[in-house]
Amino acid sequence: MKFSEKWLREIVDPAIDSEKLSHQLTMAGLEVDSVTKACPEFDGLFVAEVKSVKKHPSADKLQICEVDCSDKELYTIVCGAPNVKKGMRTILAKVGAQLSGKPKLKSIKLKGVESFGMLCSASEIGLGDDSDGIIELSLTEPIGTPLKNIIDIMDNIIDLSLTPNRGDCLSIYGIAREVMALNKIDKGNFITIEANSPKITINNERKVKVSAKTECPQYTCRVIENIDNTIKTPLWLLEKLRRSGLRGVNTIVDITNFVMLELGQPLHAFDNDQLKGNIEVRFPKGKEKIKLLNETEIEINTGTLLIADDSGPLAMAGIMGGFDSAVNEKTKNILLESAFFKPEIILGEARRYGLHSDSSHRFERGVDPQLQKTAIDRATSLIQEICGGKAGPTTESKNEKGIPKNQQITLRESQINRTLGIDLDEKFVTDTFSRLGMTCEYNKEQWLVTAPSYRFDISLEADLIEELARVYGYDLIATKPLTTELIIKNNHSNYKIVSKLREVLVNRDYQEVITYSFVDPNIHCLLNNDGASLELVNPIAPEYSEMRTTLLPGLVSALQRNVKRQKERVRLFETGLVFTGDKVLNQVHHIGGIIYGNIYKKQWDKDDLLSDFYDVKCDLEVLLSSMVESDRIKFVEGDNDILHPGQRMNVYIDDVKIGYFGQLHPNICSNFEFIKNVYAYDLNIESLVGKKEIKYKKISKFPTIRRDISVVVDEQVKFEEISKCIKKDASELLVNLELFDLYRGEGIEKGKKSLALGLTFQSIRSTLKDTEVENNMHTVIRGLSDRLNAKLRE
Amino acid sequence: MEKINKLQAQALSEINSASDLKQLDQIRVDYLGKKGRLTEQLKLLGELPIEERPKAGQIINDIKIEIQQALESRKKALAGKKLEETIKKGHIDVTLPGRGIERAGLHPITLISQRIESLFQQIGFEIVDGPEVEDEYHNFEALNIPEHHPARAMHDTFYFGDGRLLRTHTSSVQIRVMKNDSPPFRFIAPGRVYRCDSDMTHTPMFHQVEGLVVDKLVTFSELKGLLINFLEIFFEKELKVRFRPSYFPFTEPSAEVDIEGKDGWLEVLGCGMVHPNVLKNVGIDPEKYSGLAFGMGVERLAMLYYGVDDLRLFFDNDLQFLEQFH
Repeated sequence: MKFSEKWLREIVDPAIDSEKLSHQLTMAGLEVDSVTKACPEFDGLFVAEVKSVKKHPSADKLQICEVDCSDKELYTIVCGAPNVKKGMRTILAKVGAQLSGKPKLKSIKLKGVESFGMLCSASEIGLGDDSDGIIELSLTEPIGTPLKNIIDIMDNIIDLSLTPNRGDCLSIYGIAREVMALNKIDKGNFITIEANSPKITINNERKVKVSAKTECPQYTCRVIENIDNTIKTPLWLLEKLRRSGLRGVNTIVDITNFVMLELGQPLHAFDNDQLKGNIEVRFPKGKEKIKLLNETEIEINTGTLLIADDSGPLAMAGIMGGFDSAVNEKTKNILLESAFFKPEIILGEARRYGLHSDSSHRFERGVDPQLQKTAIDRATSLIQEICGGKAGPTTESKNEKGIPKNQQITLRESQINRTLGIDLDEKFVTDTFSRLGMTCEYNKEQWLVTAPSYRFDISLEADLIEELARVYGYDLIATKPLTTELIIKNNHSNYKIVSKLREVLVNRDYQEVITYSFVDPNIHCLLNNDGASLELVNPIAPEYSEMRTTLLPGLVSALQRNVKRQKERVRLFETGLVFTGDKVLNQVHHIGGIIYGNIYKKQWDKDDLLSDFYDVKCDLEVLLSSMVESDRIKFVEGDNDILHPGQRMNVYIDDVKIGYFGQLHPNICSNFEFIKNVYAYDLNIESLVGKKEIKYKKISKFPTIRRDISVVVDEQVKFEEISKCIKKDASELLVNLELFDLYRGEGIEKGKKSLALGLTFQSIRSTLKDTEVENNMHTVIRGLSDRLNAKLRE
Repeated sequence: MEKINKLQAQALSEINSASDLKQLDQIRVDYLGKKGRLTEQLKLLGELPIEERPKAGQIINDIKIEIQQALESRKKALAGKKLEETIKKGHIDVTLPGRGIERAGLHPITLISQRIESLFQQIGFEIVDGPEVEDEYHNFEALNIPEHHPARAMHDTFYFGDGRLLRTHTSSVQIRVMKNDSPPFRFIAPGRVYRCDSDMTHTPMFHQVEGLVVDKLVTFSELKGLLINFLEIFFEKELKVRFRPSYFPFTEPSAEVDIEGKDGWLEVLGCGMVHPNVLKNVGIDPEKYSGLAFGMGVERLAMLYYGVDDLRLFFDNDLQFLEQFH
């Protein structure tokens, strides 16, 4: 809500400057967003009338005007505005005039004709951005009046960022009430808008039938005939609108907008000559359409309240008027409407059509249900004053039961301290309530309070305490430390696991990234192995429309971004929820990683080594064994289509599959122009919850004996088979088995490979004898030979 | 005797000119070994007349000891020299870079979240989480935001078209935790939240930390005390903090908290006393318990803490940016 500070001060003028006033409003909950000068300073501008206009003899686009400014002689002004015409009143800047940011105006010869000043457009003075032509003033503005006397230069525009509960402050009148309460200005000094009762000179009325009595408990309208809407809106009024952020439309509309800003009551004027039969306030009958003021044709939803006549819908109640019955400059007779629509019926309606109007904004938040008659009379008086016309009596439809009434609320004195932590004295409380327009009685440590009709946000004890707190001042409420009973709780949340996993990966040189949870369907479909994904109805952009089912789309995109930015080695991870399942949605915490390029950053004494499958495998072994016992972790050859068929594994914890890792399938990589292999993983971490059992085992004080062997096996034989075979045959004396070399090539038959294995033996009871170790080695070698056709390499 | 003296002089001279330990050991064997030249002399003692033997034996023994000491000191000198040479050879360019795997870093948003979490954990706050795909009930209705309430327009919500939506704030976690347990409550809920808004100062996804205390006696005074304490420790300096009346449907009274920055007041978090309707919605009697709640934007705090001037950098995931937080 923007408003002119001077307009506010016309109604209530506290003895504080603009800065203090805005601080006061902010600290009372009416946040001041900005305070800006209402218009630039100027001098030497006057109301003037154009007496004659003739063509400039040597310039097509210029005219020579004789202008009357109530001085002895007429002024000769050369003017290029297309709208200059004889008889119009406008603003003359005389020689010597000061316009903002410009040097003093001098007389100037334009194509041989001397101009003694200039006629001004709104933008030249700084009254808006209209620069299409010179200002056209109402003929009621007295010639020769300094512009300064009509509009106040020394004014500020205060922009309030109002919270939705304070609909009562969407008017000058409402803000004035607040300022009065905050500055303890007595009601006696507070000028209420007393509408001059308009002169009723005709009997014409239009009949009104309110079918939706509950939704529209109060409907008031009046016929005004024979108005002149060609009259220009007076500058003082137009300027008040401008300072509140509204543009002039036509005089009648400007007046209704003015009253809305002044009192908070949205009004609507219909062209009475376009109406047929009776007015009805009703819901749509079947499918009805309306062409709105903004010239869009809309099909009306069943829940939208309508103002209609015998021929059909005229307006969407409280939201926007129709095009066909709108008032324009030619309008002679109007029907003025001032109604109360229940907030519940307007709420969300405008947004449903993608519309927003000053009217719906106010009705949604609640318009004072006692204001309709005052507002229509105020508007009628102004119309008569400015456009003339004969007013008829008001036609009213009122459903007393439907009009919201504020219930009496009980505030217990003890509740103030219980909520705020401080005591407030009885006098302050009683005073504050009455200054806020509430009726209030104090008795037996409690107040009985009734809020005024314009406060839709006050219905509970807590609402009253909030009012007291903000008037008292949040800053004055004492601070206290939190006190409570403390106990230590067992914490098995994902939070703990995630923190630990993050730490492990960061220490293995993985950079954490955070990517959007909604991903590009084009990338998602390449990497999604889990079927259906959840789609947003209103994504911010098509590439952010699907909820991720895996962390890989974000990681791959982040990798791509960094590879494009010339990074040759990238190691990234992310943790967060993924969203899987169609009917029943699972929101599961995952951790995923991606590696690309060298194992290490460039080393000055080592050759580059590209990361491969076994690097990512080790990362996962370390990562998982930080959370669970190693023997619960199982890696099984995988089946995931997004990974290279020869380099993929599934990860199990206790036979529950938690994810996969491996080389990203070259087919997928080709979509991203990665020039090196990409290795990735994605794991559900929720199975990692729980305690990792660590049990002490006695350590042996006897020496170990190590035997190394080289065995040659067929290429197809997997290491896992060899290690299983050895472990099966060796006794419990075998404490470690280590692969220390894998060799193919010279000296080894094609299709075979040689593995160098180190076996370490140790006993817990005694120093080992050679024979015990030799027996073990013998069995192991025979087993390898029998079952895997392994040959000892000489 | 003359012979012996000559032997002694010769031995000492050889010892002093020995250039390495091997040579020195050979000298030891030559003179003191089983067949050494001095040992030979001892063996010859038997040939002397009996009364001369003790004196001669004494002399030879003294010479033996002297040679041994000379050997020992020469050995030490040679070892020291050798060590010195080894050390000399060991001089390298110590300014060359270190080797091996390095440590990367956490995302700055995680770092700030962890910082917030650790401060609240110090005073007994639990850390909880909740789903990000939510329903109208937990995200709005239970928080006293009925359908079509103007406050819903303040939240540009992402919808799935079946009643489900992406949570617009972490306040939804309040409802889930309070429904599942009984008071007292004292927790924070960090996490991702989503709003359908994207420009210079808004990203469609961002992070909040929600906090809630519900107990027998919690008041606005404690709310102020807690948050001022938090902000001062978080920013590591004394701050001008102001509480400004505001409006959230799920708290009353509600406040925005501003801190004074170089160019005026900066909004850093929203808070208030839990609205009695919210307590009722989760089955807590507002006559017995009261609560305080607060919510802060992690990106906002991260920007202030690190001096980051463009919100969108947090989600570009450019390593040039992220590596600054190692």
